Amino acid sequence: MLQIQDISVSYGKRGALALKNISLEMKPGEILGVVGESGSGKSTLLRAVLGCLPGEGYVSQGDILFEGNSLLTCSGEEWRRLRGREISIIFQDSGAMINPIRRIGSQFVEYILTHEHMSRREAWNRGAKMLEGMGLPQGERMMRSYPFQLSGGMRQRVGIAMAMTFQPKLLLADEPTSALDVSTQAQIVRQMLKLRESYGTGILVVTHNLGVAAYMADRILVMRQGQVVEAGSREEILGNPKEAYTKELLASVPAMGGERFV
Amino acid sequence: MCRPWEVSGLSDRGELVLEARHVTKIYPISGNRTLTANRDVSLKMYRGRTLGLVGESGCGKSTFMRMAVSLEAPTEGEILFHGRDVSHFKGEELRQHRQNIQMIFQDPGEAFHPRMRVMDIICEPLLNFKRIQRQEREAVARKYLELVELPGEFAWRYPHSMSGGQRQRVGIARALTLEPEILICDEATSALDVSVQKNIIQLLVRLQRERQLAIGFICHDVALVQSLAHELAVMYLGSIVEVLPGERAAAGALHPYTRALMGAVFHLKMDFDKPVQCIEGEVPSPVDTPPGCPFQNRCRMCREICRRERPALRTVGEGHQVACHLFGGGE
Ligand SMILES: Nc1ncnc2c1ncn2[C@@H]1O[C@H](COP(=O)(O)OP(=O)(O)OP(=O)(O)O)[C@@H](O)[C@H]1O
Ligand code: SF4
Ligand SMILES: [Mg+2]
Repeated sequence: MLQIQDISVSYGKRGALALKNISLEMKPGEILGVVGESGSGKSTLLRAVLGCLPGEGYVSQGDILFEGNSLLTCSGEEWRRLRGREISIIFQDSGAMINPIRRIGSQFVEYILTHEHMSRREAWNRGAKMLEGMGLPQGERMMRSYPFQLSGGMRQRVGIAMAMTFQPKLLLADEPTSALDVSTQAQIVRQMLKLRESYGTGILVVTHNLGVAAYMADRILVMRQGQVVEAGSREEILGNPKEAYTKELLASVPAMGGERFV
Repeated sequence: MCRPWEVSGLSDRGELVLEARHVTKIYPISGNRTLTANRDVSLKMYRGRTLGLVGESGCGKSTFMRMAVSLEAPTEGEILFHGRDVSHFKGEELRQHRQNIQMIFQDPGEAFHPRMRVMDIICEPLLNFKRIQRQEREAVARKYLELVELPGEFAWRYPHSMSGGQRQRVGIARALTLEPEILICDEATSALDVSVQKNIIQLLVRLQRERQLAIGFICHDVALVQSLAHELAVMYLGSIVEVLPGERAAAGALHPYTRALMGAVFHLKMDFDKPVQCIEGEVPSPVDTPPGCPFQNRCRMCREICRRERPALRTVGEGHQVACHLFGGGE
């Protein structure tokens, strides 16, 4: 479904490479976890796939294919058709992405109407139903709320609900639980796994939380300084890591009843 | 009934440095209402030991530590430093007392002035208290840089040219210059990568051993806190719901909230085929909290009494207290 072929990304003509020779492949319905520490290029990778690198960022070599077609040569019109319908994204704080002074409902309706022709009433009902499907009780009431009235976890579910409206084949998730408390984090992880169960969505999840990646992903890709350190099935990476860096990362994850320092 | 741990008193925990007794903090908010950020909190900090304080965002961890370091006064209750109530210190007395307790924060980069060199950052507290002369700065800074395992040349650097982990080391160096008895770390490693986080924890533990520091470690990550806390306190909606020895946390925690919090941690040895535990529902607002147990609306074991009566913190074992109607009631 998604093929990234040996891409490099740099910010500005003279800028250093933010990504160096990255290749990966995802099958439909697969969950791929990309883990790495700050500055390793995880977000750059997601943005490159979505064709929205910030600033002067551009793909300097390689190709990105979605269902066999290059995303790098997509026109604006083609992107409008793809984004939201075939490929969606959720961010670390979806709450920050939505306008704080407009009700959830009016933003949701507008989002739906930019992608599909239907009445405002229909769009409203569709939105409310999506919110309920995401474990938010009383979708109608949610639609009438302002973002600031919701907790971080609730806002994140609103973000996922919007991203899933058109049942995209590929969901890109950029640190989807990093701004949340552990209890809420578990709720969001559970919701994302349900997406694959109910819609067969493939998920490319980028996170610095190895525990979350390990729980969600079929395969894991470890990145460092813009390069792939190691990639493999979850069992291979956790059970039999080859690279010293992967081992170090794995050994640093705190666990209940794990290593104690005192 | 006589319990052995009550007879032996302090057991081997050593010297009590700071004690919060029945501390409550109430903030007035708009519309003549009040927000209870801390309710009847009693905690102790011992020489050479770490008190870990864990809880979710907004539960009142920072509020408590601000009172512990005398940045704010409690609405009710007392803060005792070596037995003396310091909660209403003012002026010069407060200024002098603050040297005893230092704090480090989540992103030291934001706390430092970007135009100050590392040596000025490290030595500022010493200069404020006129403990050194300006010309001694570099030598003193080098000494403390070495203590936190950074090269002496860093004395001439600016904060922006350092990594997050290095800046946090500078933060620790600065906090130690006044030779405090207590070091409070408020989410001090939360913004760092896991591998860097581990190094900082190892540094803190080494410094604690060498200097017999009492450390207050606030963090929302229960797995991390229990890995370095001698005593672990769990806070929910402004109340302490459980206190227990860090080494027994994984196996011995009793309170339904503590257990749920621990069950929601993602780690590498978990059973990936088992559905992950969630705490359903949302934390209630700290404004106008209902009577009864603070955890009642999310607790699977909630009974009738939980809605009526607030459970008191009761001793259930050595160094172990729980505030839940299911435990220690003697029924
Ligand atoms: N000066 C203040 N005035 C009014 N309310 C306050 C004030 N300071 C804190 N609060 C409220 O007190 C409660 C506890 O806040 P506190 O910052 O202590 O939580 P915390 O556990 O440190 O959270 P976090 O993990 O997000 O840092 C919150 O509801 C907060 O909004
Ligand atoms: S007192 Fe009741 S509601 Fe509170 S934690 Fe215990 S069982 Fe649950
Ligand atoms: Mg805080």
